[in-house]
Amino acid sequence: MDDEKLLDIRGLYTQYDTDDDVVYAVNNLSLSLSKGRTLGLVGETGAGKTTTCLSILRLLPDKIGKITAGEIYFDGKNLIDLHEEDMRQIRGNDIAMIFQDPLSSLNPVYTVGMQIGEALKYHGIYKNEKEIDKRVEEMLELVGLPKERKNDYPHQFSGGMKQRVVIAMALACEPKLLLADEPTTALDVTIQAQVLKLMNDLKEHLNTSMILVTHDLGIVAETCEDVAVMYAGSIIEKGSAEDIFNGENHHPYTVGLFASIPNLKVKTRRLKPIDGLMPDPANLPKGCTFSPRCPHCMDICKTEEPPCVMMGGEHMIKCHLFTSK
Amino acid sequence: MSDLIYTEGLKKYFKTPSGMLHAVDDINLRIPEGKTLGVVGESGCGKSTLGRTIIRLINATEGKVYFEGQDINTFDKKQLKHFRKEAQMIFQDPYSSINPRMSVAQIIAEPMIVCKTEKDSKAREHKVKELMDIVGLAPRFYNAYPHELDGGRRQRIGVARALALNPKFIVCDEPVSALDVSIQAQILNLLMDLQEERNLAYMFITHDLSVVKHISQRIMVMYLGECIEQSETDELYENPLHPYTKALLDAIPIPEIGAKKQQNIIKGEVKSPIDPAPGCRFAPRCPYAKPECLEGKIREIEVSPNHKVSCVLYY
Repeated sequence: MDDEKLLDIRGLYTQYDTDDDVVYAVNNLSLSLSKGRTLGLVGETGAGKTTTCLSILRLLPDKIGKITAGEIYFDGKNLIDLHEEDMRQIRGNDIAMIFQDPLSSLNPVYTVGMQIGEALKYHGIYKNEKEIDKRVEEMLELVGLPKERKNDYPHQFSGGMKQRVVIAMALACEPKLLLADEPTTALDVTIQAQVLKLMNDLKEHLNTSMILVTHDLGIVAETCEDVAVMYAGSIIEKGSAEDIFNGENHHPYTVGLFASIPNLKVKTRRLKPIDGLMPDPANLPKGCTFSPRCPHCMDICKTEEPPCVMMGGEHMIKCHLFTSK
Repeated sequence: MSDLIYTEGLKKYFKTPSGMLHAVDDINLRIPEGKTLGVVGESGCGKSTLGRTIIRLINATEGKVYFEGQDINTFDKKQLKHFRKEAQMIFQDPYSSINPRMSVAQIIAEPMIVCKTEKDSKAREHKVKELMDIVGLAPRFYNAYPHELDGGRRQRIGVARALALNPKFIVCDEPVSALDVSIQAQILNLLMDLQEERNLAYMFITHDLSVVKHISQRIMVMYLGECIEQSETDELYENPLHPYTKALLDAIPIPEIGAKKQQNIIKGEVKSPIDPAPGCRFAPRCPYAKPECLEGKIREIEVSPNHKVSCVLYY
């Protein structure tokens, strides 16, 4: 394994067993992330972005969600083989997660200071209360909140401030990997700009690697070095931000995604959305999962799963269109 | 071109235990027939309250709303019922704005039953099918229930329901913000096609500045209940005047690499709309704030024809 790689996911399959169906949320997903890099994981609702993050942390809902195949190497260890006890040492300490909704990821009956300090106490990084207290104050100031507010409860903060608290919680143990699941979706644009800038600054300051899950291509362009586009549980295109935004060849889904966003600079009379809907993950189409919506669909697409075609450098497209080239 | 709807000093205050909440404060706007006014602002700035007040879902505290030249706040029951046919609303959340216990056909037919426009059930059924066809819902969903449909299709029900009475004016309150981008584009195209076919006027409420640019001819920017800038769409994006509008435009992430480097991120957050201090409400966050900003009400300046801004920088 490459030393540089902090996270290396190989052939991951995750499914949810519900009463009626088996939902195939993540299918044959391979992904790697080097130290200090930011990867943007892009896709629409139900593409499996959050499930991927939860699989990494092994936080899938008990009994329902399970990883059926694949390996997740983090810092050389396969997380899937780890005991629950060892996994607990990693969660919050080496890998931290920022959840989408800041309102529901804070406990309303504890002060924010206690919640930031919890991980520090649990992981035994600081031994006495005083040290923890000092670190909590440090973290609050780092995310731009006055340290006096550590004794306040979540309801006394606005949405943007709560998200800052959540970021402080995630970064308190200086994790090597930060999973940010739509960290700014619940925020207004001006606040979003503040939070993104803060995350970027902190990432550089602490040299943390980050997976940023989002559906907003604008955020990806501003913050990520690498990009992976997800559709129906697999990565259909990945590469450097340069490849995805300026490259010549793209997966038809990526093309459709870009054509769906109204452009601020170019005036278009009509948008060109992708026809149809994302397939039901309990009933995925055969062959390429995008084939029913694809404007370039060929016969082979309906029967065979497309291979991952390397387009030069790190740029990968999973599509039959590029196999001949 | 005549204005279908216009307001004069429209205000809506709510009484709260800690004082008066100024949700909508002194708004003057006009929407011509067949055109779209985009209303932009951050959460809590009074966009939705304005949308509701303008079609009298809630009564205004002060000020007037004229629809086809008549003040809607003086309407009696009968006139109001007629007005309801002319002005409709599409709601933000396609999950909570439709009744889960009614079928698609029942939901779309309900306005016609309430307003007694189609009394014959056969004719009504025909009309429902026609509407479903217009908004792009397959006939097989006629007897389906909302939970069987995804967000995009549910929002199509919302659009069909709003069209059922052939209105002239529709308030669209963040109709696409709960949808994925590819579905969002489908709904935006649908709304624009309908406008062209039926000469509809829209008031399009959103926080997404790229969406509003795409759909509107004219845009109004709101901050804490007040209109701070109003202009034709292209003019607003090429030549934003108010510091808040500039900051808002700067804050949009652009899906291009290296699209912008110098960023003026405004500090702080929106202040409370309860009993706001006199003067400019944006002043506490404004990089150009001066002592004059806090002295009394800020006048609206018409900088160029049809471009109005409320800021002391342009006095």
